[in-house]
Amino acid sequence: MNIIDRRLNPQGKSLANRQRFLRRAKEQVIKAVRDASGKRGIQDIENGEKVTISTGGVREPSFHRSQSGGVRDYVVPGNKEYVEGDTIARPEEQGGGRGSEGSPDGEGEDDFRFVLSREEFLDIFLEDLELPDLVKQKVKQSESYSLTRAGYSVTGSPANLNLVRTMRNSLSRRIALKRPKPADMTALEALLREAEERGDDPEHLRDLREQLERHYLRSKRIPFIDPIDVRYNRFETVPKPIAQAVMFCLMDVSGSMTEHMKDLAKRFFMLLYLFLKRRYRSVDIVFIRHTHEAKEVDEDTFFYSTETGGTVVSTALEEMQRVIKERYPENEWNIYAAQASDGDNMSSDNARSAALLREVILPMCQYFAYIEVAAEHNMGLSALGRETELWRTYKMVQRPDLPLAMRRVRSRREIFPVFRELFAREKAGA
Amino acid sequence: MAAVITKPDSLLYDGADWDYDKIKRVYDAIEDIAVKEMGLSVYPNQIEVITAEQMLDAYSSIGMPLMYKHWSFGKHFARDEMLYRKGYRGLAYEIVINSSPCISYIMEENTMTMQTLVIAHAAFGHNHFFKNNQLFQQWTDAEGILDYLEFAKAYIAQCEERYGHHAVERVLDAAHALMNQGVHKYPKKRTLDLRLEQKRERERQEYQEQTFNDLWRTVPKPAGGPARPSKSVSERKKLLGLPEENLLYFLEKKAPRLEHWQREILRIVRHIAQYFYPQKQTKLMNEGCATYTHYTIMNRLHEKGMISEGAMLEFLHSHTSVVFQPEFDDQRFSGINPYALGFAMMQDIVRIAENPTDEDREWYPDLAGKGDGMGAVRDAWANFRDESFVLQYLSPHLIRKLKMFSVRDDAEDPYLLVENIHNERGYRHIRKLLARQYDLAFLEPDIQIVDVDLAGDRKLILHHRVTNGVLLDESDAKAVLRHIANLWGYEVQLVEVSAVSEAILKEHAVTAPSGVGA
Repeated sequence: MNIIDRRLNPQGKSLANRQRFLRRAKEQVIKAVRDASGKRGIQDIENGEKVTISTGGVREPSFHRSQSGGVRDYVVPGNKEYVEGDTIARPEEQGGGRGSEGSPDGEGEDDFRFVLSREEFLDIFLEDLELPDLVKQKVKQSESYSLTRAGYSVTGSPANLNLVRTMRNSLSRRIALKRPKPADMTALEALLREAEERGDDPEHLRDLREQLERHYLRSKRIPFIDPIDVRYNRFETVPKPIAQAVMFCLMDVSGSMTEHMKDLAKRFFMLLYLFLKRRYRSVDIVFIRHTHEAKEVDEDTFFYSTETGGTVVSTALEEMQRVIKERYPENEWNIYAAQASDGDNMSSDNARSAALLREVILPMCQYFAYIEVAAEHNMGLSALGRETELWRTYKMVQRPDLPLAMRRVRSRREIFPVFRELFAREKAGA
Repeated sequence: MAAVITKPDSLLYDGADWDYDKIKRVYDAIEDIAVKEMGLSVYPNQIEVITAEQMLDAYSSIGMPLMYKHWSFGKHFARDEMLYRKGYRGLAYEIVINSSPCISYIMEENTMTMQTLVIAHAAFGHNHFFKNNQLFQQWTDAEGILDYLEFAKAYIAQCEERYGHHAVERVLDAAHALMNQGVHKYPKKRTLDLRLEQKRERERQEYQEQTFNDLWRTVPKPAGGPARPSKSVSERKKLLGLPEENLLYFLEKKAPRLEHWQREILRIVRHIAQYFYPQKQTKLMNEGCATYTHYTIMNRLHEKGMISEGAMLEFLHSHTSVVFQPEFDDQRFSGINPYALGFAMMQDIVRIAENPTDEDREWYPDLAGKGDGMGAVRDAWANFRDESFVLQYLSPHLIRKLKMFSVRDDAEDPYLLVENIHNERGYRHIRKLLARQYDLAFLEPDIQIVDVDLAGDRKLILHHRVTNGVLLDESDAKAVLRHIANLWGYEVQLVEVSAVSEAILKEHAVTAPSGVGA
């Protein structure tokens, strides 16, 4: 008998099968993921997701008898009261119809449930979304160099000696210059010794000695390894591009912003973060909240502490400008910004905000998304078509060539569609 | 049990933890009992310790240690994993593979008692059955299967590389749909040799490459279409070997538009189906054999004082839940539990051989009172399959014990009719009906290829011989026909014919697929 411990064998033997399965069920999985994301909180999105798809595309048909019709006999255990000839009422369909085969048109088929891993979920969730303007992936000038092999060189440190190359060169040189082989030399020596012992004709002996002498000289003159044979591995330092992004979250936290609105904003910010995270190796987040004055804060304070005061949007933009200047030079960072607000602003500030946005912020940003959040049941305002102060202000700034996008969001359900709309990959040719 | 004096030093192990030394000791003790006392004969054993994760992996490739890649395995894995993680379903304690050496997987989280049970159950019970049952001897090649799977996996991976995932998937999908119709049910002249099979595939390909001559392509076709004289129907059928119930075999050999590699994939799936065919026919016996073996061995170990009372109780707890048979009106009822019935029948055979009643003498004159119950059981294990086993050995005693009764469900009646119960009049009927429930030839629809119109539109015609008026599931039948059409390349028709009156009950047809072939 053999006992073999297989526990250390590579795991995930069925990964390839799983990928094949997901590919096969792709359409249904995408649909299920979209549905699920509408219903669920953004917080859960980072976790895996249990999805349910219909068995349609992944059915494995076979010839088998249908569940109804005809005459069937069953033998079952546990008779308690029946005698021959007794009749039993036909069991109700739901009880009797075990098994998964349902109605012929496949309507009533079992749904197929399984769990997607976090990676798989996000892949599908964020599929065919793209970051606008990825061009500015600046090379950061500090410490990020890597060594790359770059052929051979004739100089270098002994540690980098390339033995194979060196010996190959040496061999070809020895062959080309006809350096006598050690084996030939020993053969010749043996021949000479024999001739001496036999006491051969001195003429012949002299010939042999001369020949041997020539060989000695030649092999002395032609070294086994010459400095010109030696080759070293060459390395080059290559600057490594670091694609890095910073994401600014700007939010109005004045009294008019309700919890509901903040929740919407938070969801949007999180989506954006997830998305950036998948595209850039490192993503910094800067939270800036503002009332009539703006402050950079940490995440908890940003979302959960309340503040009172008026609303002056330009302060937030100024704060953002300051932070960029201090820490995120625009030629090294990809800058994204998302602003959430209920649209209030002090009328006197509108002009200043617009100017700041147009002249300072937008030229630095890859993308600036303005999300106007509204109360869920507050249908009246926008139904009347009344635009908020800030909306009007930004709208004046908006031009097709500027990376500014504006959307209104009223309920949780709209977050994801709006997000997709903003980042949907542009159709080729469009 | 008070009579059994347990000497602590005779215990093979103590406590729940296992290690390799303990397993080795237990294995030797079990082997001693199994071979010397029970007379079992087994393939060499190989026991492999795996994790729960790996057990799930093994599940999803139909229990085999290696398998080619296909999405359906991924689907099963996804579902099993989810059921397991959510706690809807436990994992099997073991998986055993009909190969030589016989590989048994045991899980690392089992307790030592469970490992003992599993070794007795799988490494001796199932192993003995695989080695001695005539169906397995006749149909499977235990020595070659792992090598063959290795070949199959590599071959299909190579095809995927060369012809693309999609093309390979298409053929595999179709082949899987026909797996149940891809076995030879009647013995051939020679046994299957899977090693030879790989060699032959290579040779076939080499021959083709050698004899390839591009000139043939340029030979002009005779004017006015094929001038082949049309043969009579019976002659044509004879040439094509029709009727043929092994659909995969027929398609592999005769489908006009398949490429060489596509035929080879059909062949691989067919061989695997054939390999599993005996297992499907002997589920009841196989489990009965393994359960009876582990039960006997565990009891003997206990009697010999080699396992503790605690271990014995743990074993009994697990054993009784395995052989639990809910009654028909129980919430948990889902058919007859093969472990329960198999185990009960094995015990019953021993009882008849060793302690028969007058009734047994009347029913089993050859067996009753012969003594050597173990020999009688071994004989049954070697020579029967589920259907014939039930037909032979289901005794009135057991029918009464399980209170079996038979119910007739005629779709035309508004109620179900109790036809037989456990009394003198019913025994034979119940036995016959139950045997039929295990008869694959009866359980699976009888579908055959009956004709091909080779001179005309090459339509493939299949017949389903309908018994008891039960037709095929329509949507699935349609889907399978679509797969057949993909392989065949032309129109396919399926006619459901009553086996009694030869009347045509229903027809399904699928048109030729567009753009099949290369």
